[in-house]
Amino acid sequence: MAGAAQGGARQSRLAPYLLVAPGVLWLIVFYVIPTLTLAKTSLAVGDAPWWESYRQALTGYGDHFLRSAEYALAATVIAVLLGYPLAYVMAFRAGKYKNLLLGLVILPFFTTFLVRTFAWKTILNDNGFAINFLQSVHLLSEGGRLLNTTLAVVGGLTYNFLPFMILPIYVSLEKIDPRLVEAAQDLYNPPSSAFRKVILPLSLPGVFAGSLLTFIPALGDFINAELLGSPNQQMIGTVIQNQFLDVRDYPLAAALSFVLMVVITGGVLLYARVLGTEDLA
Amino acid sequence: MTPRTGAVIPWYRRVGSRLLDIYAAMVLLYLFLPIFVIILYSFNRPEGKFNFVWKAFSLDAWRDPFKYQPLFDALKLSLKVAALSTSVATVFGALIALALCRYTFRGSNFINLLLVLPLTTPEVVLGSSLLSLFLNVGARTGFWTIVIAHIMFSVSYVALTVRARIRGFDWTLEEAAMDLGANPLRVVTKVTLPLIAPGIAAAAMLSFALSLDDFIITLFNAGSRVTYPLYVYGARRAAFLPRSTCSRPQSSRAACCCSAPSFCGSSAACARCRETGRNSPIAGSVGCVCPGTVRRFLNRSSGRS
Repeated sequence: MAGAAQGGARQSRLAPYLLVAPGVLWLIVFYVIPTLTLAKTSLAVGDAPWWESYRQALTGYGDHFLRSAEYALAATVIAVLLGYPLAYVMAFRAGKYKNLLLGLVILPFFTTFLVRTFAWKTILNDNGFAINFLQSVHLLSEGGRLLNTTLAVVGGLTYNFLPFMILPIYVSLEKIDPRLVEAAQDLYNPPSSAFRKVILPLSLPGVFAGSLLTFIPALGDFINAELLGSPNQQMIGTVIQNQFLDVRDYPLAAALSFVLMVVITGGVLLYARVLGTEDLA
Repeated sequence: MTPRTGAVIPWYRRVGSRLLDIYAAMVLLYLFLPIFVIILYSFNRPEGKFNFVWKAFSLDAWRDPFKYQPLFDALKLSLKVAALSTSVATVFGALIALALCRYTFRGSNFINLLLVLPLTTPEVVLGSSLLSLFLNVGARTGFWTIVIAHIMFSVSYVALTVRARIRGFDWTLEEAAMDLGANPLRVVTKVTLPLIAPGIAAAAMLSFALSLDDFIITLFNAGSRVTYPLYVYGARRAAFLPRSTCSRPQSSRAACCCSAPSFCGSSAACARCRETGRNSPIAGSVGCVCPGTVRRFLNRSSGRS
């Protein structure tokens, strides 16, 4: 670093490479190479054709992939519906309480992910107060359950990744020039069209980023499904984890991981193509 | 957004805004519900194996929160891993960010891609691919594999957070210092470091919090070691522990203890950075990961902006 600060060092062609070397090497050795190893592991050995474990993965666990995608998508949509209005209030209506609200949004997430999910298990428990309340207002039948349902799993996913939706939306709303909003309110009537034509388009990059930050971890998550759901709600993450750590069918587990990764990368690229056509940066 | 004084606000707009506020408050309540439950149930005296049903008020879990040795050990291990991986990842990540912001060089596109990829890879895949590497080279999983994994996923977060904070800094200040006769070491300690320190502090805080909380990647690479999240997870299966060692209220208490320092740390970082919102570590990282990340890494070098 001392060398880099020297006069004329900015032209030095070696300096940037020396600076990035340790971190980049680390990522190559412990991210790129493992990914290649995973690809190699997924290729079947022996007489079977190379795609054997992929065939198993897709025929045997297609349901899990589909279900994971559905749950992650549902959680992302719900997170937008919950997160956008809160981010809007924080950015435009909170005034001097802006930072307080921001702190409050982040605060719950300083407890461990697992402890939070356990807390939901307590809330949704068959003898818990949520069930009692819902039954007393007849929203839930006598034998009805909350735990081990799809609702619980999607709710848990939404909860755990909600801040990743709220914060980027908030950041993009907060960046909007207030004069622009004022001008829009003067020009458009009713005010809802000022929102539709000015605020919403300007905040879309935040929604875009938030959706990725919610969807990707939700798709690979298995803790919510395992703690809040039954085997009927199992997601692909559970299968991968089981195959790797318990069944130890490494080729199949690697193939499953790889398919998941390809699905996500493909989805992200497609999403970027469709929504990211304007300059978002 | 408040209409200027004098403007007549029709009643339905006022009601609408009120409803919006109430909706936002309810979302906030949803965020806090489990936290209230954790605190409440840490005062519970559970009957039988599970701490799911409210029985009676009790201070048992709080009387000696670290009495239960395995929990204490797990916490110690987590703190050790977090401290070690944070120090390494912060240095690696900050150096990358510095290089990306100050130099235009061939390969910076590749580095941007390399930084974003681990963030778009699900944790299960990160964990399992690392495990398959360790299995292939015959390494035994344990303390060091946990640290390696944590450094790996932290480097990206640190580099992106620091880059977002120091982009657009006026580097001519360094030249000015040199013109005034400062030697290179002095330039670094008196100008460069103070300029980038808040960004680095925020990134370190974020990396520490991520490491402390990581479960999935650790599960794959921990071998027989038990970090705090792994302990909490295990407590679910071993909910049959004798009640005296019952883990749930204990974990609640530990959760409160654990979160306090990291919260104080990050709010201190916020206060230091003076600007609003964007600077808290999480918001910072999210803010830098967000707008157009994918586009940016696809077709543009970020270089010096």
